[in-house]
Amino acid sequence: MSLLEIKNLHVQVDGREILKGINLQLDGGEVHSIMGPNGSGKSTLAQVLARRESYTITDGEVLFNGKDLLAMKPEEAACDGVFLAFQYPVEIPGISNAYFLRSALNAVRKYRGLDEMDAMDFLPMLREKLKLLEMDDKLLNRSVNEAFSGGEKKRNEILQMAVLEPRLAILDETDSGLDIDALRIVAQGVTSMRSPERAILVVTHYQRLLNYIVPDRVHVLVDGRIVRSGGPELALQLEETGYSTMEAAARTA
Amino acid sequence: MGNSKVATATQGLDNYTKSFRGFEQSAASAELAWLRKLRQDGFTRFSEVGFPTTRDEDWRFTNPAAIAQTAFRLVRDGHAPPSRKELEPLYMADAACRLVFVDGRFAPELSALGRLPDRVTVSSLAEEIANTPATLEPHLGRYVDLQRDAFCALNTAFLEDGAYVHIGKGAVVRDPIYLLFVSTAHEYPTVSHPRNLIVAEENCEATIVEDYVSLGGGQALCNTVTELVAGDSSVISHYMIEREHAQAFNVSTLRIQQGRAAEVASHSVLVGGGLVRNNVHPVLASDGCECLINGLFVGSGRQHLDNYMLVEHAAPHCSSRQFYNGILDGHSHGVFHGRIIVHKDAQKTDAKQTNRNLLLSDNAQIDTKPQLEIYADDVKCTHGATIGQIEEDALFYLRSRGIDEVSARRLLLLAFASECLDRMKEGPARTHVEDLIHHTLARITGASQDFARGEQLAVGEEIR
Repeated sequence: MSLLEIKNLHVQVDGREILKGINLQLDGGEVHSIMGPNGSGKSTLAQVLARRESYTITDGEVLFNGKDLLAMKPEEAACDGVFLAFQYPVEIPGISNAYFLRSALNAVRKYRGLDEMDAMDFLPMLREKLKLLEMDDKLLNRSVNEAFSGGEKKRNEILQMAVLEPRLAILDETDSGLDIDALRIVAQGVTSMRSPERAILVVTHYQRLLNYIVPDRVHVLVDGRIVRSGGPELALQLEETGYSTMEAAARTA
Repeated sequence: MGNSKVATATQGLDNYTKSFRGFEQSAASAELAWLRKLRQDGFTRFSEVGFPTTRDEDWRFTNPAAIAQTAFRLVRDGHAPPSRKELEPLYMADAACRLVFVDGRFAPELSALGRLPDRVTVSSLAEEIANTPATLEPHLGRYVDLQRDAFCALNTAFLEDGAYVHIGKGAVVRDPIYLLFVSTAHEYPTVSHPRNLIVAEENCEATIVEDYVSLGGGQALCNTVTELVAGDSSVISHYMIEREHAQAFNVSTLRIQQGRAAEVASHSVLVGGGLVRNNVHPVLASDGCECLINGLFVGSGRQHLDNYMLVEHAAPHCSSRQFYNGILDGHSHGVFHGRIIVHKDAQKTDAKQTNRNLLLSDNAQIDTKPQLEIYADDVKCTHGATIGQIEEDALFYLRSRGIDEVSARRLLLLAFASECLDRMKEGPARTHVEDLIHHTLARITGASQDFARGEQLAVGEEIR
């Protein structure tokens, strides 16, 4: 049984079909990348998997560890081990980053039948993860993402992933807007989390993040369909030729 | 229809006239001429104008007809006071002293005067009238405007008891002076008119908390007036907490008179009451005053919570900051009326006003109205209001991390409320308010009430 199994997924937003029959399988330990031009449906796929409720599923199914993922609420999916690193992390004034992280971790632990973690146990663990992402302690006392730089926000996403230890991590354009140093740090963080139990889905427009996080499979999404799948070399090829040839092929198909 | 309403209103006033005649006879120290005149002036003014209606600009969004049409009676003697056991769970912890008033009358057996520093007097107004009225005369009734406000006039007519607080020159009271006003259930609708006088002399520092609660149901009107005189360079925090039951009427007026470089913070927290009108009226009367007017109102059901601010800049180089946040659920109705008057001589005034609101249901309503009247030419005045809902993006973000929807909503409301809570100085009063807000938000979001006290740290949790 695959960890994630997407079968013939059709999704609409405001009556417009965005995903037109996606099929995808991901096993534990694997890293797959979904690449595609803007507007191809990459972010929609990521958000549907994280169970954002503003999308209409018109056909297909998604099994996560054998369970019907599309029947889950966002918090259930999260507790079950689905994590989405947001393309645009949300600022939440008035809630400290540290409190947010601990609340999230304890919600997940509670769901999994583990004891809640108190601040005494939580802090040393958190410091360890902060070091990994070369993040300043001060970011913990500030409101979630408020007045964070673009790079800080993206690192904060990966910090949350490191704390919550999901089984499926979906990175939605985590590389966009990062300078080369921040990109390296984020990639290191993600790479350190590769494990046989965990699958990672890297959604990106560009190939450069994939220099650091080398995927097992690359899928090209154009106009709501996966038009090609291949090994890591496909990403390099796309970098050279661009999406236009595949878009043209998709149109004539 | 129209005629019968007029008739009811007139009968209502007759009822007050009868009540006032009786009260005048029996009230303490009727022999004090100045006090008798003060009461009579109050009643004369009230009989002239009666209760306001929505045709009155200051009452456009709040209809006091239900108050005008109810035959309230003063609670006189012969009623057993509530037991200590009933009240104890309501007390604020760690107060410097506690004065309890039951249906407007001081209840010494429930109060605890504690150990106050030298040069600090806290007692009941009735006691002060009986023993040392001369100390009251220069202040009592000198600041509220009977002409403007019928409820203040009515309160003044029936002025008898309440809290008297005197903070001497240079005195510092670290913990809050706690005033608890309890309305109890009766077989008939009751009215009380608590009257508080707080005189803070030069360079002193104190926190005063007024907390309004009710025991049992029953219709009750609490019409309270507080005059707060903040002497030169004094630093005073005042809290008004309204948490009565849903049938209660509460009209309160806080009139602040600030001396040179006095720093006053007024915090209003309205979570209870059916029909609530909260008047805050600071006058920045001398150079270099600062006034923070901070408020948080949380309504649900059919609550009506009206905040009427009148900030008067009467001297140069003063600054005022108004911040009111409202959270409205169910069919509740909130009002924020923020009036700022900058008088001719109040140059270099810096006045700011912000009202932010969250509507949690389609039936909840907010009326927000800034009103700036500026007669000086070198001033800085800004105002702004926002009305919004809980942000779906933020809600999804929290839920996508495993936090359930109810908790996520509660957290977001708490974050919104914290903007106001964070403006309160750390201490027993803030803790008391935080507890109240936590419980209120848990109630309206349907979250479990039994979260740990440690959740106080939700916002600004410190990592060291």
